[in-house]
Amino acid sequence: MSAATVHPLLKAKRRRATLRNLAFLSPWLIGFSVFFAYPLISTVYFSFMKYDGFTSPTWNGLKNWSYVFNDYPFFWPALRNTLWLVLVMVSTRVVFGLGIGLLITKIKTAPGLFRTAFYLPYLAPPVAATMAFAFLLNPGTGPVNRILGDFGLPTPGWFNDPSWSKPALTLLALWGIGDLMVIFMAALLDVPKEQYEAAELDGAGSWARFRYVTLPNISPIVMFAVVTGVIQTMQYYTQPLVAGKVASGVIGGSGQQFEPGYPEKSTLTLPQLVYNLGFQRFDTGSACVIALVLFALAMMFTALLMRRRSGFLSAED
Amino acid sequence: MSGSTKTTAVAIAAAAAISLLASACTGSSNNTATDDPNKDVTITFWHGWSAPNEVKAINANIKAFEKVHPNIHVKVQGNITDDKINQALRAGGSGAPDVVSSFTTDNVGKFCSSKAFADLTPFLKKSGIDPAKTFPKTMLEYTQFEGDRCALPLLGDAYGLYYNKDAFKAAGITSPPRTMSEFKADAIKLTKTKGDSYSQLGFMPNFHGYESTTTHLAAQWSPTYFDTSGKSNVATDPAFASMFSWHQDMVKSLGGFAKLEKYRTTFGDEWDAKNPFQTGQVAMAIDGEWRAGMAADAGVKFQVGVAPFPVPDDQADTYGKGYTTGTIIGVANTSAKKNAAWELVKYMTTDTDAVVSFANAIHNVPSTYAALKSPKLKLDAAAKTFVEIAQNPDSTTTPASINGGTYQLTLQDFGYAYEAGKQTDLAAGLKGVDTQVDKDIAQAK
Repeated sequence: MSAATVHPLLKAKRRRATLRNLAFLSPWLIGFSVFFAYPLISTVYFSFMKYDGFTSPTWNGLKNWSYVFNDYPFFWPALRNTLWLVLVMVSTRVVFGLGIGLLITKIKTAPGLFRTAFYLPYLAPPVAATMAFAFLLNPGTGPVNRILGDFGLPTPGWFNDPSWSKPALTLLALWGIGDLMVIFMAALLDVPKEQYEAAELDGAGSWARFRYVTLPNISPIVMFAVVTGVIQTMQYYTQPLVAGKVASGVIGGSGQQFEPGYPEKSTLTLPQLVYNLGFQRFDTGSACVIALVLFALAMMFTALLMRRRSGFLSAED
Repeated sequence: MSGSTKTTAVAIAAAAAISLLASACTGSSNNTATDDPNKDVTITFWHGWSAPNEVKAINANIKAFEKVHPNIHVKVQGNITDDKINQALRAGGSGAPDVVSSFTTDNVGKFCSSKAFADLTPFLKKSGIDPAKTFPKTMLEYTQFEGDRCALPLLGDAYGLYYNKDAFKAAGITSPPRTMSEFKADAIKLTKTKGDSYSQLGFMPNFHGYESTTTHLAAQWSPTYFDTSGKSNVATDPAFASMFSWHQDMVKSLGGFAKLEKYRTTFGDEWDAKNPFQTGQVAMAIDGEWRAGMAADAGVKFQVGVAPFPVPDDQADTYGKGYTTGTIIGVANTSAKKNAAWELVKYMTTDTDAVVSFANAIHNVPSTYAALKSPKLKLDAAAKTFVEIAQNPDSTTTPASINGGTYQLTLQDFGYAYEAGKQTDLAAGLKGVDTQVDKDIAQAK
């Protein structure tokens, strides 16, 4: 029977089915449209407009794009820092989180105590945690450098030294490893014991068991940790901002201009620029350009990782 | 309708819908004032003061206003930051303030050019107030942008030299320095090294040394930030090059950037009792009039001296000047009660008794000529010095700009690079500042 001769009753039934499906999908459709599609389309739209939030937007062509890429002195340092953090901080966190997860699952004495101890820092509010780290790592008065000095070790400038500020932020991120530790711990406990027993019977050592049993089983979790880590790092805002403010000592009081990314723009990240341009300089258009760069980067990293997804598939897939 | 026509129609409809949606979320400025200020009305006033004595003083001021205007009730919201103000002014609505005050004069250019603050000229005319005869010149400068008067001064701040009298006595210095050469000599005399650091530093010249910023120090050279056409003037005006050269010499004379920077990391917070001047870590500091009260509250163990900050040797006759700034106040353009809001602004900024009592309570510089001459003004020696700095005709401020303090940030950024030795060519660096400032302004226009 051709489409033109479909019985009207069947047609109505199909329409009802479509409507029913749409009704079931509507919560997601509404959420997707309001909180993703509309903001994304608006961001693209405003990136070509001159808009200060007070007056109606006017067409600005490619001026915002040109300004951000050619004339805005903070963009390239922020992009470099963001990429550094994505590559170094994310990979270090995943390796460290997995290591701690492995360690915790092996501990037989007071495992609950250790799990709590490693998880607790994750619950600390980011501002308080960063301020505590800035105090601990203060090159002049902080206890960390005093201890390093007592052992005759070099005493870095940490948040006051552009070469050390990002490693210091990575240390802070490792301290709050609780989220990844819990995820990895759950995945590790889920690996079938029989597989380890079979591997042992085959004479596999601890590295071989990890490489050929543990890793294939937890690879989807590793993938999840990497993708979410990349996205979180793209949105990294509070910790570098607070660390820069506390270490610089300039909080932007009367007549003072707060220096973004202290020291020497080394803690500047793209989300800080979105805030600075969009909410402090009223340049919504340029802020939208940077938001789109962030979106493109997140998509690119996710696509790259997904293309390598075969390497992340679990043994069962 | 064919398939392609249908697709085109859908695309056009979608584009139109997106445009409508996007423009729907944009605010609209309402520059009319039609409300009756004699009717019973409640207005909202946002300010940034948070210290108990400041909050007490502002509340007393509001109470006095409500006594004079019993029909206008004021809902006060304190401890408001500039970022919150920016968003509230953009969002508008019933929760937005009618009257706003801010400590950052830098934002006046943004507030005026974007029409976030209402133009106060019609209100001033209606009330018969001549700004030039009412407010000091520098205060009038930082409350307007390109002729648009969208704000008024609500007390002012002046910067001067704080010095440790006991340390001066111990070093055999009898009076505060008046010129930059005297200042350098005194700073060296007051500096005591301890190992690879200091037990006392004469002066912290590094630009991160709290109030020793590029703009505060540059004021002693009376700089002109923009030329008559609005272009950045930093490379052309010799004031900036002179300031940076003097600064570099000071840094070198006191031990070098790295050593000073390491010492700086031992400083406590600027705004608490551990401020390095109050702890005796530095013997001289550039700071605002509030420091005298803060030092007294912190119970410092030495006698605090106050004087105008020294001037360049070739401008010795201008001794007494300094950097001035202050709190600004304006009426939100989104307010539907502008006439009532203006009554509050008028009272707080021009009523002599209100200005004087507020200045006395929070130790700020009064912002009207009448208040400055008022017999009710309680001035101790420190406050008198700052009032004189504020009134000095050679005192300067940082002008309002369309993108706020972005030009200051660019200059400051160069300052950090130059003091650290990362940038060595001063002339090229200052030209670079000009180029960047002009680009940023072009983007904002």
